[in-house]
Amino acid sequence: MKLQVSHSPHVRDKATTQSIMRDVVIALLPATFAGWYYFGIRAVLITLVSVVSCVGFEYLCRRVMKRNNTISDLSAVVTGLLLAMNLPVSLPLYMVVVGAAFAIVVVKQMFGGIGNNFVNPAIAARIFLVICFPKAMTSWVVRAGAWYSLKSVDAVSSATPLTQFQGADAPSMWDLFIGNTAGCIGEVCILALLIGAAYLFVRHVIQPWIPLAYLGTFLIVVFFFGKANVFHFSGNLATLDGWQVLFHECCYMLLSGGLVLGAFFMATDYVTSPLTVKGKLLFGLGCGILTFLIRYYSNMAEGVSFSILLMNILTPHIDDWTMGKPFGEVKENVKA
Amino acid sequence: MPLRSIHAFAGGVHPLGNKNTDVLPSIHLHGFSEVELLMQQHIGPPCTCVVRPGDHVDVGTLVGKAEKPMSVPIHSSISGTVKEVHYVVSANGAPVEAVRIESDFKHTINPFCRPPKVESFEDFVQMIRDSGLVGLGGAAFPTYIKVNPPKNKMPDTLIVNAAECEPYITADYRQICEHPDDIIDGILCVMKWLEIPKTIIGVEDNKPLVTRIFSHEIKKRVYKTGKHPDIEVKTLKTIYPQGAEKMLIYTLTGRKVPPGKLPIDVHTLVMNVSTLRFIGLYLKEGIPLTRKRMTLDGSALNTPGNFIVPIGARIQDIIEAAGGTREEPKKIIMGGAMMGVALDRIDHGIIKANNAILVFGSEETTLPPESPCIRCGRCVASCPMDLIPCGIDKASRLRDPEMLEKYHVMDCIECGCCTYACPSKRYLTQSIKNGKVMVRAERARIKKEQELLASSEQKGGNTPS
Repeated sequence: MKLQVSHSPHVRDKATTQSIMRDVVIALLPATFAGWYYFGIRAVLITLVSVVSCVGFEYLCRRVMKRNNTISDLSAVVTGLLLAMNLPVSLPLYMVVVGAAFAIVVVKQMFGGIGNNFVNPAIAARIFLVICFPKAMTSWVVRAGAWYSLKSVDAVSSATPLTQFQGADAPSMWDLFIGNTAGCIGEVCILALLIGAAYLFVRHVIQPWIPLAYLGTFLIVVFFFGKANVFHFSGNLATLDGWQVLFHECCYMLLSGGLVLGAFFMATDYVTSPLTVKGKLLFGLGCGILTFLIRYYSNMAEGVSFSILLMNILTPHIDDWTMGKPFGEVKENVKA
Repeated sequence: MPLRSIHAFAGGVHPLGNKNTDVLPSIHLHGFSEVELLMQQHIGPPCTCVVRPGDHVDVGTLVGKAEKPMSVPIHSSISGTVKEVHYVVSANGAPVEAVRIESDFKHTINPFCRPPKVESFEDFVQMIRDSGLVGLGGAAFPTYIKVNPPKNKMPDTLIVNAAECEPYITADYRQICEHPDDIIDGILCVMKWLEIPKTIIGVEDNKPLVTRIFSHEIKKRVYKTGKHPDIEVKTLKTIYPQGAEKMLIYTLTGRKVPPGKLPIDVHTLVMNVSTLRFIGLYLKEGIPLTRKRMTLDGSALNTPGNFIVPIGARIQDIIEAAGGTREEPKKIIMGGAMMGVALDRIDHGIIKANNAILVFGSEETTLPPESPCIRCGRCVASCPMDLIPCGIDKASRLRDPEMLEKYHVMDCIECGCCTYACPSKRYLTQSIKNGKVMVRAERARIKKEQELLASSEQKGGNTPS
């Protein structure tokens, strides 16, 4: 009789890396579909190119590096999908491929593949593209003509809600919520993003700490230090108008740009976020403050991406700082 | 109405209970042609063998004498002739002296076995030691040490561990269903001699019957004696590892046992139901610990169930006597599915602390390949000791004792939650155990170095580089 010998435990949970990644893909689908709906068939094309090239680069990389094939864990699909959601619909396709190559080859595989990338590949790729092709990455379009139109170049160039915040033609709050506005493919429809996020919570794929801390911090900072902050309106707050302007700014800041996408789907990336609850809260806090600073005081519109990227880099240190005491550990006596 | 405990430890996992055998009454297994008694069945130094080949022994005859402190005597579990005294490799891989006894199938009980007379605390401790009792929950800690704490650390609470949180195992559950009176006897005896004012029985909420049985039994005592013993039954959340000592104490009393300390340091005595049942039985019959109730389960078995077997019976014989296998076993585990040891051969004799044999067929046997850690944090969330298993794993694979200490590797209780929860299927518990070995070696090395340094300084010689 040949008996298998292995270390305990001899039973394992059903969840695998692949099942987690599959859940993330499922959670990203509503927002992706919404993006396709608002931006037309070219958005579909961009998504497909991004996903296929991410998976392709992953496969090639592993082949060239003579390592085992890892495309079946679906992490490259997640990266591809996230990257596509972070791109404007008018971006030339070759740029999408460049972005995918940067995400998978440089950020992920060169650092050791899944689990070893020090920043989120999709965010790094987005920032890489913004730096390389600033014009293409910041020309926003609203859907022009029929949904099947592949042309994007002639489309109406539009500002994102973030930049037109104070303008008279700013979209309504409802439009922002359902996604009827300019922006990246996946970031516009907040409703769809929230549905996806709810799915992740229900499936226990992510914990609420990072999004809560991120959005909470950001709101608080905007409330106190935004353009229409409490101090600014100190005289006016007695009137309903003052509160209304303040409330409007808070909601506007929350719903526009990539904040919701970033807080729920990018900041919560396992590999590049802290392990403990305390660490996650700290991570979210940092993201919130950085996003505010970049959005209000920088001339780039990449608040969410940069803040998550910077906090990704800090993650190992946050993990070190927030390492808790083991169960039952009492405070060590300070040595005299 | 049983009270629900208010404290809950962080972490834990919910493996499938698989308590398939909980409705099956225990069956006595007889007719083993031979047993192999290991001379070390407890935590502590081995016993000295006091029989020689050719000697006749009865059930309950002393075979291994406990000469050193922390050592517990071992008694013959069958009547027959000693055939051989030799060294064997135990299930955990260490060489141990063993006595092979061939049965005469008469099952005569040693005439000197009589119900003990206990008149003082010293008598009580001696009785516990003579009975050969060790912690039957699985740790095999000598019970006589447990019930004889230092005078400045007398326990004020007795905690009865009836959680049985390991999947598959129902031996304690059957013990409670079949002999609740013996358990209460045992509890009252321990409470009396240690002067413990209060007892809490902790039961997981997936075993409502146990709660009712105990409540009923306590009521019966009140009716009989007119006195209400201070025994409280508390329901615990069903979560693994609820039955781990430190977790159980915390959930029931809110006390936290510091790392490296024992329950007695927080004035608590934890005993397993089976241990207490044996005390109750020994008071009545006086036969030392020679039989053990264990769960046999797994898809490869014909008839899973609970069986009472003589200690020392070989695993292969037990499986055969319990109904045999219906397919070729793929994996045989001594103990539960979360903490048990997978065996490479099955001619080991069972020891006192064994409470289950799981015979897995191909459908339950898995050996998932490892993939890289994705830092999902499930191991961190599941760790009842609030450690960072993936960090320890990394440090262990880097063979870095300093980093291992930073992650508090020595506090790990090896419950297996992290490995269970890991989606990358990493063998975290194994790697953490390796890490512990490294840390111990490193500590020993540093200690030796310091001693060398100290001695060379004393001699006034050069310091060794």
